[in-house]
Amino acid sequence: MDLQSQIVQYLVTGLTLGSIYAMVGLGFTIIYNATGIINLAQGEFVMFGGLIMVFLTATLRIPMFLAFFITLALVTVIGIIYERVFINPLKQTSLITLIIVTVAVSIFFRGIAMFIWGKNPYSLPPFSSGKPIMFAGAAILPQIFWVLGLSLLTVILMNLFFNRTITGKAMSACAGNRLAASLMGINVSKMILLSFALSATLGAIAGASITPIALMEYDRGPLLALKGFCAAVLGGLGLGTGAVVAGFIIGIIESFSAGFISSGFKDAIALIILILVLFIKPSGIFGSEEVGKVKQF
Amino acid sequence: MGRKNYFKLLSLSIAVAVLPFFIRGDYYLSVLVFMGLNGLIVMGLSLLMGYAGQISLGHAAFYGIGAYCTGVLTTHFGFSIYLSFLAGIILSVLVAIIVGIPALRLKGHYLAVATLGIGEIVFIIFNEWMKYTGGPSGLSNIPGVHLGNFQFNSSFRFYYLVWGINLLALFFSLNLIHSRVGRALRSMHGSETAASAMGVNLSFLKIQVFVLSAVYASVAGSLYAHFVSFISPNNFGLMVSVMFLMMGVIGGIHNIWGALLGASLLTFLPEYLRVFNQYDILVYGAILLAILLFMPEGILEGTPVLIRKLFRQRKT
Repeated sequence: MDLQSQIVQYLVTGLTLGSIYAMVGLGFTIIYNATGIINLAQGEFVMFGGLIMVFLTATLRIPMFLAFFITLALVTVIGIIYERVFINPLKQTSLITLIIVTVAVSIFFRGIAMFIWGKNPYSLPPFSSGKPIMFAGAAILPQIFWVLGLSLLTVILMNLFFNRTITGKAMSACAGNRLAASLMGINVSKMILLSFALSATLGAIAGASITPIALMEYDRGPLLALKGFCAAVLGGLGLGTGAVVAGFIIGIIESFSAGFISSGFKDAIALIILILVLFIKPSGIFGSEEVGKVKQF
Repeated sequence: MGRKNYFKLLSLSIAVAVLPFFIRGDYYLSVLVFMGLNGLIVMGLSLLMGYAGQISLGHAAFYGIGAYCTGVLTTHFGFSIYLSFLAGIILSVLVAIIVGIPALRLKGHYLAVATLGIGEIVFIIFNEWMKYTGGPSGLSNIPGVHLGNFQFNSSFRFYYLVWGINLLALFFSLNLIHSRVGRALRSMHGSETAASAMGVNLSFLKIQVFVLSAVYASVAGSLYAHFVSFISPNNFGLMVSVMFLMMGVIGGIHNIWGALLGASLLTFLPEYLRVFNQYDILVYGAILLAILLFMPEGILEGTPVLIRKLFRQRKT
């Protein structure tokens, strides 16, 4: 492969990875905005998305299209149960305990997944058949278009939801100031539940669409959560669009460094970026200084 | 540090001193050694979580730095163990400062994520830097510890070494909590705003505590490496960090004694969870969630509260 086709190939891989990080980062942001919690079980939503999709299509032989929506529904239910059982009853405790609860939930979810699916990675046929498309000397899997398309669609829908619907605006109000929002008659508890449900759906979309390319196994969650979190911080914590753009940036940097530097160290790249961001501009690339000061978690 | 704590410390020391004489078999002695090591790490974490109000999700990194520093330096470069211990501590302090300064300067829980990151980075380095660390297959033949001519070559001897250091650290931590620094820490835990208004330098204090906890973990790691003489990256992964965190939470993070209790319980628990063999992760998660839901303040402080609650219900 010449340099040009190499660059195209890495760029495509980077965009694919990036769209997953973007979705996870967006999921983080939604829960963080509503509650102030960093949900460290975010990666487990992605894992469930992938594995449930595999179960529905390979074991139950449900058609791909239908299975996709059932997967989303099931993972959303998992998110709802998670909030009602583990987060809602602990409203009175400190944030530090709640963050530890999310860690415990992520272990528990991984345990359940291992119990059901075992330790082996699972594969999934791509959403649509077809040969890899050759473009500028690089081979592009058709599934990549699904991943990119679905994530872009999700981001657009999320944007519309938060800016155009009354529920979305109510959620944004919670993000701004929870107390003020509740004084305006917004049911904050319901908004928190909704934030977990939405985050879970986002995770499921990411998981179901990436599995045909990257396989899925029970302990994929933590690293995905970490990368998604890097995206959320890099984009300016609490800013949805920021998280999405930062997710793509991290994906692309990671893919290029895997190609040109070393694939062993590629997972460290996002984390080094994270620490650099905390050093240089903790409010993230899109956050303003003022927002950075008000926002905390 | 109060008469009560002196009394507790004294009783614990006596218990620790006589315990090995009642135990048969090397296996249980080595479990007790691990208990001492984990206790040391969790003590540091408890200072960080319970008093500085910060979470570390990457303490296995410091544990690993301590272990690999001494392991690599003694096996590849023929360092004496004193120097290699020191090197581990210095490296851990440096890493803690590099991570701590940017993360702790900010308000909130950025440290949780920064440490999660550093834990992964260190784990990747252990795996990838094959030349010295041996990569995924690990590093073996790490020499034992000696003090002059005295070799700590049995579990029995090592037990006293580990618990001696552990009790020293406990003594130091208890003193710290009841000193000027400790009062500053507790005031910070009560209200950060009030503490900073009284002239407490919040971020500096947090960084100090974080560095101290890293030193504890590094010492524990170095001791671990010399005790088992074989280390591999999996001993220092994310799950290990989470385990340390859980030990602290289960015992009760606002209490150093709770940290020791949690470490002891969770070191023993896996020995019993073997029954579930590969599903231990599920059982772990369930136990942790149950404790977090029903006694968020940990077993040490939570049990009396829970018992009182149950009794009150029965009366009415």
